Amino acid sequence: MLILKDLSVAFKKFQLKNISLDVKEGEYLVILGMSGVGKSVLLEIIAGLTSGNSGTVVLDNKDITHEKIQRRSIALVYQDQALFPHLTARQNVEYGLRSRRMAKADIRRKTDKIFDDIDIHHLADRFPITLSGGEAQRVALGRALVINPRILLLDEPLSALDVQSRGKMQSLLRKINKRNQTIIHVTHDYEEAISLADRIVIMENGAISQVGTPNEIFQHPKSQFVANFVGIRNFIKGELHPPESNTGKMSVFKYNGASVRILTDRSPGNGHITVHSEDIILSQTNVVTSAQNQYQGTIADIAPSRMGMEVTVDIGFKLTAIVTEKTVDMMNLEVGQGIYLSFKATACKYISG
Amino acid sequence: MILHTGSNEMIQAIADPEITESIWLTIWTSMAGALFFAILAIPFAYLLARKNFPFKRLVLAVIDLPIVVPHTAAGIAILGVLSRNSLLGSTANEFGIQLIGSPIAIMAAMSFVSIPFLINSARDGFIGVPERLEKAALNLGASQFRVFITISLPLAWRSVLSGIILMWARGLSEFGAVVIVAYHPMITPILIYERFSSFGLKYARPVTVVFLMVCLFIFILLRLLAGGKRDADT
Repeated sequence: MLILKDLSVAFKKFQLKNISLDVKEGEYLVILGMSGVGKSVLLEIIAGLTSGNSGTVVLDNKDITHEKIQRRSIALVYQDQALFPHLTARQNVEYGLRSRRMAKADIRRKTDKIFDDIDIHHLADRFPITLSGGEAQRVALGRALVINPRILLLDEPLSALDVQSRGKMQSLLRKINKRNQTIIHVTHDYEEAISLADRIVIMENGAISQVGTPNEIFQHPKSQFVANFVGIRNFIKGELHPPESNTGKMSVFKYNGASVRILTDRSPGNGHITVHSEDIILSQTNVVTSAQNQYQGTIADIAPSRMGMEVTVDIGFKLTAIVTEKTVDMMNLEVGQGIYLSFKATACKYISG
Repeated sequence: MILHTGSNEMIQAIADPEITESIWLTIWTSMAGALFFAILAIPFAYLLARKNFPFKRLVLAVIDLPIVVPHTAAGIAILGVLSRNSLLGSTANEFGIQLIGSPIAIMAAMSFVSIPFLINSARDGFIGVPERLEKAALNLGASQFRVFITISLPLAWRSVLSGIILMWARGLSEFGAVVIVAYHPMITPILIYERFSSFGLKYARPVTVVFLMVCLFIFILLRLLAGGKRDADT
């Protein structure tokens, strides 16, 4: 649907180098990278607001590299919403339709439909300055969606929101994507990426360093940069089950026959858990500890890493612990050796989606 | 000055057609000049705020030139453009229009020395409008012209209006440039000067007081109008 071919652009402080990407119809693509890596500029190039030095942008088999902004049918939602401060929420949403010289009745009908879809009818007559971050983000989203764009570009849409608003906005974005709306979403937050993405693009130093599904990216980072940036080696997709009657908020996450106890108040359903490698404890005997998760497994791999040594243990699925070289020597750890592994329920993080 | 001017003198001044016509001429020429040149100056100020081009600093310096040159020198420069020997003057003459000594010359002189106030104020206003908002509007399908009319101008309106008021106020008080291009019809600053030099302080004072009061009334009214609306960027 959207193809970027060898896009390059140089600015004083950074550059984008040979960006090539193929975005599929209806896909939710998340571009993940540190701040200042050029993610937002890439969105502006796709939208036509910034010109690249070289490369092409192809949408629906048509080269739109030099196409006017107004004819691209690509809507961009800015990180700070960029709502027009002198217009009400309704006037903001209507702006794109008025620019298309649409009939008044049609403008009213389309705006009302969007207001219903994203539940912002009550905000219609309010000015942006009176809206909360979450409300402003919904209005900005409505303003972009009402023009029925082929692609919706989101520049860090959740970064300015509080935790509650983020959850609601994520649900809304999933709902919009399910209607076959293609979305390209830029963020520096891996949890957002896991929660929303069909595919993730990792950007590093102005270039793409890896593209893949969340599983591919987090379980098999291609480079040290990706591994360090995502910071997670233990990323497991499975199903969250409700807490057992006498365990309070202690839910059970199941994958491949194994269970992980986890403290969360999230609703049961499909999702991912992450376990920080630093929080996993290895022992040669089955010691009694306060850790809720204890397993017996086999060492599948031992490899040096930036932080020390990564010891991967197979317990029905693979978990990686980070220990020092001294620990490996002291415990005589070897591949194929049996080992006990434990971590606390609070060391796990559940991400729905 | 007000205390030294008796009520009889004031009433006579208000009833004097030469004074009232002169004040009216001063007000409408300065206002018409400000509005006419604003049509060109506002988009120009927007370009200066948004675009970079070669010799931009030089252009900015030239814009401020009328503020620093002696206004009689500015009058001489305008005379060169409007006189019968110039292209503009001779063309107008062919249509039976005499520019020198006409309200058009007064407007040109007033506007020439006061337009930097409008351009600079409007430019500052446009610089204060986040470019992101204009990009968002373009992204929603608006043309560049529509973005200017519906986003940039409304958000910078306070600075633009302030610039127009400043330009008008500066034009209203102009003497040096106008006296070179149009001694007659007589605007109020020239009338005050003529009465002072011909008849003395006593005769110049009532005109001055009436003119000051009229100007004060109009400016207070305009400032109230300008300040009474909600600031667009808050």
